[in-house]
Amino acid sequence: MKLRHKDLLGLSHLNAEEIELILNTAVPFKKLFTRSIKKVPPLRGKTVAMLFYEPSTRTRTSFELAATRLSADVLSLAVSSSSVQKGESLTDTALNLEAMKVDYIVLRHSVSGAPELLARAVRAHVVNAGDGNHEHPTQGLLDLYTIREKKKKIQGLTVAIIGDILHSRVARSNIWGLTKLGANVRLCGPATLIPPGLKEAFGSNVEVTYNMKEALEGADVVNVLRLQLERQQENLFPSLREYHEFYGLDDKKLSWAKKDCIVMHPGPMNRGVEISSSVADGPQSVILEQVTNGIAVRMAVLYLLAGSTGVTPTGLPQQMATERKAS
Amino acid sequence: MKSRVTWARKETPSPAGSPRRSLLIRGGHVVDPRNKLDEVLDVLIEGQHIQKVARDIKPTKETEVLNAANLVVTPGLIDVHVHLREPGQEEKETIATGTAAAAIGGFTTLACMPNTIPPIDNVSQIQFVMMKAQSEGYVRVFPIGAITRGQDGAELTEIGAMVRAGCVAISDDGKPVANSKLFRRALEYAKTFGLTVIDHCEDPELAKGGVMNEGRLAALLGLKGIPRQAEYIMVSRNIALCELTGGNLHLAHLSTKESVALVRDAKKRGLPITAETCPHYFTLTEDAVTGYNTNAKMNPPLRTEEDRETILAGLADGTIDCIASDHAPHTVAQKSREFDFAPFGIIGLETTLGLVLTHLVHKKVMSLSAAIAALTDAPARALHLQGGHLSPGAPADITLINLKGKHVVETFTSKSRNSPFIGWTLQGKAEATLVGGEIVMRAGRLLKKPDLH
Repeated sequence: MKLRHKDLLGLSHLNAEEIELILNTAVPFKKLFTRSIKKVPPLRGKTVAMLFYEPSTRTRTSFELAATRLSADVLSLAVSSSSVQKGESLTDTALNLEAMKVDYIVLRHSVSGAPELLARAVRAHVVNAGDGNHEHPTQGLLDLYTIREKKKKIQGLTVAIIGDILHSRVARSNIWGLTKLGANVRLCGPATLIPPGLKEAFGSNVEVTYNMKEALEGADVVNVLRLQLERQQENLFPSLREYHEFYGLDDKKLSWAKKDCIVMHPGPMNRGVEISSSVADGPQSVILEQVTNGIAVRMAVLYLLAGSTGVTPTGLPQQMATERKAS
Repeated sequence: MKSRVTWARKETPSPAGSPRRSLLIRGGHVVDPRNKLDEVLDVLIEGQHIQKVARDIKPTKETEVLNAANLVVTPGLIDVHVHLREPGQEEKETIATGTAAAAIGGFTTLACMPNTIPPIDNVSQIQFVMMKAQSEGYVRVFPIGAITRGQDGAELTEIGAMVRAGCVAISDDGKPVANSKLFRRALEYAKTFGLTVIDHCEDPELAKGGVMNEGRLAALLGLKGIPRQAEYIMVSRNIALCELTGGNLHLAHLSTKESVALVRDAKKRGLPITAETCPHYFTLTEDAVTGYNTNAKMNPPLRTEEDRETILAGLADGTIDCIASDHAPHTVAQKSREFDFAPFGIIGLETTLGLVLTHLVHKKVMSLSAAIAALTDAPARALHLQGGHLSPGAPADITLINLKGKHVVETFTSKSRNSPFIGWTLQGKAEATLVGGEIVMRAGRLLKKPDLH
């Protein structure tokens, strides 16, 4: 089986089989990490360009390690975040990279949809490493991988995603992936941080609640999102103290979930805001395992895209297209 | 209704000795909503004016004859919402290229918005646009002046002086007047000159940072939404202020079903309100944004199917009087940017008539006559312009339309090509455009510039 598209722009464009394929492919890659030689040759001679318009430590390092362990050469571009709006356009930068014959462009960008723009402009494989408030597909995949590894399945699980859903690309990729694999998703946060229309967009497998107890009761997984502290200035919530009181995951709130509920966080954490230290470092936390799994999943993505069919995804996200036909 | 702008007064008579040109448009289906004409008739033009419209007019030896058999003959189309970009953004459009695009699209008269760089907010800017249009334009151009200096929403412009110089309406289009007291003063003061105030209805704080319609697609795409309420809160405020002041109000580019209902109610109460919509609001929905298509990014944003259907109903029952293009040219480079960074707006002068005929007339949403009224009589009334009809003595601004001809939207005369309609097949387009008795466009080719002095 192959991936249908040349790019990984979002989990919205993948079907369940493709997601399973990536997760299955990541399993042997993860096994490499316990060996003394962690490198395999499939991408020898290929070049992966890392184009990051936003600061990132974790994702960038993870992609670099993934590419290196597949024997690809990595080219890191230092693009200052101020040049997003000024200076060379994204398309021009991409065409220059294309002229240097890179095989992959891993893009992190502050604007939703930037990877789509790039993917249409170049022949190289474009991997979305997070775009605006849209998607962060490899984070979604590593979260799915972690859940599957711990719970042995995804179908039928209840996953609570807590926090700033409105601005979260991690949330969107998770919702797409989880619903495609048959999990039930609960979104919870203050009403100001839940985007209007999101529930209608996803239908019956996604619930929205503003009450943490409702969100956590019977949950198998809780995924806590990072709160951008500057959101307070936009009057989206009155204070960090109040946010923590209602939505910060502490031991008491976690006790409402199933006993074996696992706790995830995409990092970097604001300890004492969206998550307490005792939960972050506690026995139910799988946060550091997510980081390890991230490399394996990204290796699988780079490896599978090399053999993909070569079409850039377009059109409505699958679920919406089907709904429309039905109505 | 009193016409404030008189072309006849502005035109110098043809020099003594030069023969007055006489042109007969023969055998066309004349649709002149103001005069309730909807039948096969001849139109006789003497010089720059309509002489008469009647059955079987006999040409004299000197009369040039234009055979209009199988064509529809209408008053020249009027677009009251156009961005010509000159001065300041000539890389997008100029008065020369914008009026050329208008002539190709069948328009003979444009009212251009003041959000140029610098804005059209004083007499010399009004004079600049008029002078440029007279020397370089293919069609008539009437400037709309800014409501506030620099479109900053703080101080009124010298509205009276701008009117004397030729300004036909005032608007801070693109930068809606947030201050209700100031908008009240604008409506009141404009009454002094019988001037219409045009508002782009948008609550700026509520819409701030938004790039598409708020709702499920915006939530999925991770784009910041502009709630529909941002429009109709201001429609509602403006109606209230119109009631307070009795000033003439024209509401630009309505996009939501609630706005249509509010305007319908206000009109029932007899308020002096006119309203416009644009072809994209009755042909497209927010789905066009899918894939981050920047040619579907405009303000107000494309809405939902329910809104689109309500806009159609509003056109059908006359709640929405006018159809305007909101022609907003941007360069390919600007529209090839990330969705958040690409500017709002699409071009429309060359697609409006085709979209109206294909999606309103051929689909029987409106009669041909009602659709033509929304492009001629209604905009002329909204801004108190003298044209928009074929009465004897009126300027000989005429559009000849081929209703049947199918064409695919591909190339543009406009300097820009930011259109979501590229690749669409449309049925019906302008065959010829006459301005002041001069044939400025025929069969898609630009001919002579008219003498607009």
